[in-house]
Amino acid sequence: MSTLDTTLHADAHEHHGPAKGMGRWLFTTNHKDIGSMYLWFSLLMFFVGGCMALMIRAELFQPGLQLIEPGFFNQMTTMHGLIMVFGAVMPAFVGLANWMVPMMIGAPDMALPRMNNWSFWILPFAFAMLISTLFMEGGAPNFGWTFYAPLSTTYAPPSVTYFIFAIHMMGISSIMGAINIIATILNMRAPGMTMMKLPLFCWTWLITALLLIAVMPVLAGVVTMMLMDIHFGTSFFDAGGGGDPVLFQHVFWFFGHPEVYIMILPAFGIISQIIPTFARKRLFGYASMVYATASIAVLSFLVWAHHMFTVGIPLAGELFFMYATMLIAVPTGVKVFNWVATMFRGSMTFETPMLFALAFVVLFTIGGFSGLMLAIAPVDFQYHDTYFVVAHFHYVLVPGAIFSIMAGVYYWLPKWTGHMLDERMGKLHFWLSFIGVNITFFPMHFIGLAGMPRRIPDYALQFADFNMVASIGAFLFGLSQLIFLWNVIACVRGGRKAEARAWEGAEGLEWEIPSPAPYHTFATPPQLPESLR
Amino acid sequence: MSAHGRLVRRLVLGSVLMFGFGFALVPLYDVFCEVTGLNGKITNTGPVAISAMDTSRQIKVRLIAVHNEGMPWDFGPMDGVIRAHPGEMKQTAFMATNPTGRRMVAQAIPSVAPAEAAQYLHKVNCFCFEQQALMAGESVEMPLLFVIDKKLPEHIRSLTLSYTLFDISPEVSSVVSAEKEQRL
Repeated sequence: MSTLDTTLHADAHEHHGPAKGMGRWLFTTNHKDIGSMYLWFSLLMFFVGGCMALMIRAELFQPGLQLIEPGFFNQMTTMHGLIMVFGAVMPAFVGLANWMVPMMIGAPDMALPRMNNWSFWILPFAFAMLISTLFMEGGAPNFGWTFYAPLSTTYAPPSVTYFIFAIHMMGISSIMGAINIIATILNMRAPGMTMMKLPLFCWTWLITALLLIAVMPVLAGVVTMMLMDIHFGTSFFDAGGGGDPVLFQHVFWFFGHPEVYIMILPAFGIISQIIPTFARKRLFGYASMVYATASIAVLSFLVWAHHMFTVGIPLAGELFFMYATMLIAVPTGVKVFNWVATMFRGSMTFETPMLFALAFVVLFTIGGFSGLMLAIAPVDFQYHDTYFVVAHFHYVLVPGAIFSIMAGVYYWLPKWTGHMLDERMGKLHFWLSFIGVNITFFPMHFIGLAGMPRRIPDYALQFADFNMVASIGAFLFGLSQLIFLWNVIACVRGGRKAEARAWEGAEGLEWEIPSPAPYHTFATPPQLPESLR
Repeated sequence: MSAHGRLVRRLVLGSVLMFGFGFALVPLYDVFCEVTGLNGKITNTGPVAISAMDTSRQIKVRLIAVHNEGMPWDFGPMDGVIRAHPGEMKQTAFMATNPTGRRMVAQAIPSVAPAEAAQYLHKVNCFCFEQQALMAGESVEMPLLFVIDKKLPEHIRSLTLSYTLFDISPEVSSVVSAEKEQRL
């Protein structure tokens, strides 16, 4: 973090700059500092979760058991999922929101700066607690990131209580972050910036924040029920006591499905900022983008049971959830159409952020199509719990959410650091990631359709070749992320000086202020630039 | 700042309500299952007025006993299959033996397949209504008295009634020991 000290010099016109020493980071209420901390934290978690993924892929390199115990393998799949979802993707989006939302709407800071500090500083403690379970007797949680009861209650390791408390803390942090973002966007827009002039990143985050407020408490509720089943003798999920394990899945996925949109809507926002910049055209269909985002959010509450087609839902239910799920393809299709239409006859250039954005559009769409296949209830009985599911959600999360985060970081790095990125290294990172991600996850479609179950450390011999290919791809993808780390640090340290409008086609308030962005921006509300009026 | 205050109050209230909603899903789920008869749960219990039976068709009722993991009891139906006319009262029993050397308490949880049939199966009396305690080596015949509703849809010709036996001795004994402690 100290590397950032040198980059965030207070502007000469400001009355004061950042405090000195560690105190700056512990007590800061500055949205830029907190945004940076969120982003560094999420990068750290990305590497921790990534190492766990590589351990999984190393074990799956060959059939048979060679490197790790099956029990430890289960802990790795569980912790990898939890850390990537709650530790890498979500904090990265909150970090980007912290940095960019006030600058995009012309606000001096977030609406509730002290709560902002608190919502970040809860996270390191929550994840320290979660990761500490690896060193406890009985090991870390081993029941999968979906923690289905009774695996996570009756048959759970003792460390499950720490897991529950960590989830509670992450939930509180997310809810506080969401409240802050909603209050900022609704109350602190510059004069003249109406809701329908809001940059799309702010719109998607506003809707994401509303989703967070609606479903994170439900997650808190379901882990509280687990806690009560484990320690206080209740029987929410214990059939012997009159409860029902299937109830767990309903409550969990009532949270879980909106959660997957929480991890993708801000990505849509980032991509909708980047593509117009490098196509040098206004975003095609702004209003339809807003309505599409809102309808995805509403539909996300009506489709949860498509994760549980095989638990024994009656035919009417299967049909309802199947059609409702397929309906989501419509607003998502509108978005993809709009991105392509934005590029149509634009004067495009292919800098690193744009390359990641383009890869996002293509690869996320592949993930969307495999999602449509999974939505078909009759065939889901074959796909359920196979590597096809793993391939699907990794396609929407890695080249989806993660690529959008990297695109966003590369896009806004000049604004944060005042230096342009080394394009050569950026492109190297992009191509290695793009190739690595496809080598890793594309073969999983095939082995999944052929019947390889997920979350099992061993497999039948006929899956050996594709698994070896996937493992090689995983190590290529994983190691090439070190280039990302190098790029970010190099860009913080130095590089070609960035102008206020770092990218030729960039529009919006954040490009009206100098690069690097001064420690305090928009102390007085700005005049909207021509393009926004 | 009061604009922030009002908004934040509403948002906090919203998240508290959603926390409550998470718990409200539990009874809602049961009500939903009851209303729709989904999930194979039987809700028609207790005495029933017997009228003429429908002899035009006969329903095959298969009885199944399942042991939950680690349940050591011998547990099984006296009759594997019962043929009953809709409206006809039928009596059968499940046999249970506790082969272990200690007193154990069990709870049987019923389930009906197809789930659609669950609401037409009326249990007049069932051992699953209460817990079963058996001393070491003791055996018991556990009665089951049921009627199939005449409104059972025509296309259902057979149904399966399954009981899963759960060992609830640890839970019960902890309650018992807690009560003992209180008395002391």
